[in-house]
Amino acid sequence: MFEVLACPVPASIQDFGRRGYRHFGVPVSGALDSVSFRLANALVRNPPNAAALEMRLTGPRLQAHTPIRVVLAHAEATVECADGSRKPLPAWQSTTLAAGDILKIGAVQGGAGYLAVAGGFDVSEVLGSRSTYARAGFGSLLREGMMLPLGAADLSHPDLAVLSAPTFAGGPIRVIPGPQREMFTDAAFATFISSDYTVTQEADRMGLRLAGPTLAHVAGADIVSDAVTPGAIQVPGDGRPIVLLADCQSVGGYAKIATVIAADLPRLGRLLPGNTLRFAAVDTDEAMQALRAQESWLADTIASLKPLVTGIDLEALYQANLVDGVIHAD
Amino acid sequence: MVPRLLELGDAALTLEFGERIDPAINAKVMAARDVLAAAALPGITDLVPTYRSLTVHFDPLATDRSALIEHLHAAAETMEKSALTGRHFEIPVRFGGADGPDLDEVAKTTGRSAEEIIDTLCGLELRVYLIGFLPGFPYMGDLPDWLRLPRRATPRTAVPPNSVAIAGPQAAVYPWQSPGGWHLLGRTTVQMFDADNAERPALLAPGDTVRFVRV
Repeated sequence: MFEVLACPVPASIQDFGRRGYRHFGVPVSGALDSVSFRLANALVRNPPNAAALEMRLTGPRLQAHTPIRVVLAHAEATVECADGSRKPLPAWQSTTLAAGDILKIGAVQGGAGYLAVAGGFDVSEVLGSRSTYARAGFGSLLREGMMLPLGAADLSHPDLAVLSAPTFAGGPIRVIPGPQREMFTDAAFATFISSDYTVTQEADRMGLRLAGPTLAHVAGADIVSDAVTPGAIQVPGDGRPIVLLADCQSVGGYAKIATVIAADLPRLGRLLPGNTLRFAAVDTDEAMQALRAQESWLADTIASLKPLVTGIDLEALYQANLVDGVIHAD
Repeated sequence: MVPRLLELGDAALTLEFGERIDPAINAKVMAARDVLAAAALPGITDLVPTYRSLTVHFDPLATDRSALIEHLHAAAETMEKSALTGRHFEIPVRFGGADGPDLDEVAKTTGRSAEEIIDTLCGLELRVYLIGFLPGFPYMGDLPDWLRLPRRATPRTAVPPNSVAIAGPQAAVYPWQSPGGWHLLGRTTVQMFDADNAERPALLAPGDTVRFVRV
């Protein structure tokens, strides 16, 4: 059991989200950055879909009421022990808190950070998922004083860490043109894929509104509503694109110039207001290759996780700093 | 119009039957939905019918895309009528007053009496075209031409839950408190969404018919 001592920025429990309910108007929800989310779960030996805490901007302060194994993605923390001692907790390295320890999570690096706990957060499932969707009262955003139940976990194995901090792919955000590409002028599409766009302050789990060159429609922005999906890029009449994210509605009434490929959705989740991005058009074959490459990178990273026997893993340090340095010295 | 297959990213395909709100187009959408549902292809996560299109959401790593496209072409050609497994609902509504704060204004704008608006609305058998915007929010049509109004110039920040509202050719019931720009004519006591009912959490589904009953 974790007690929420303070939560300055709303944080939400997420898993892979709700499938099969979009025709009832239910958003998918789920972790914005599903890659970091799965890696965090692997670091506490959870199944990939175990519910974790998704944090934005800055993390909460939590007190363990039982021994709890935790790991952070895209954030660091200080552990304040009952005896008054403090120790830092870097990202991508699990640690096991004792009852009474306080976990003070700091700034989140990028758009979304995760706190995974061994056993997962055992909040009630709604329509097959523990993901919070606050607008409809599915689960609840974190509040001060809340007690967060945890699933059963076997803590007899050592803590785990990544060999070296994961580096995520950069480059343009890849999109498949459409489904309403023809509602935009060719000049607008050329502008769309050759310009820098900046994430504005209007950024949340429903979507990112972008600033940059406006995109002209051939004859109006409105369509008779059809289905949308996370990654779809709507362009309302003002010509400013909006990239939809996990909590987006199931249908929308604006023309969609393009849709971000599945492999790059986690990268959208890492974006913050002020970040710039560029788009590149690909086809479905390239999209599949990118998705398979990402899955295999994640599988390799998970396979290479190292046990932490004493808190500092000398073997991992050796491999990361020495062996690797010698082999790749050129 | 010949049905078109549109890419909605690499994890969804949209089969588009038309660009208008039209019961005949919607009937084809529902028939195609039936074909895809019966095919039960592995990897498909959601089938979303709208006014004029059917979107298939799928897991690209678990789906045979070319097989799915073949099924979509077959679904586009189907001559079957949808079984329209739709159910009929009568939804009791208290009109006007605090329950329907826009009724008088709608009367003024349309030049009809509040009574005539209520009688007209309750006289329609409304078709549920799609559920969207919010969990369980039904887009229902079609309203007669004279009752089609643009959305309010300034949307409300909080429409009370269970409000019965109209905008354009459509009527709806807000299942949740939410911002909204539709004209509020009344309120029902019927619960529009029940998350504990995993089989059918929304009271209404595409293909259903609805009649409002004045109480």
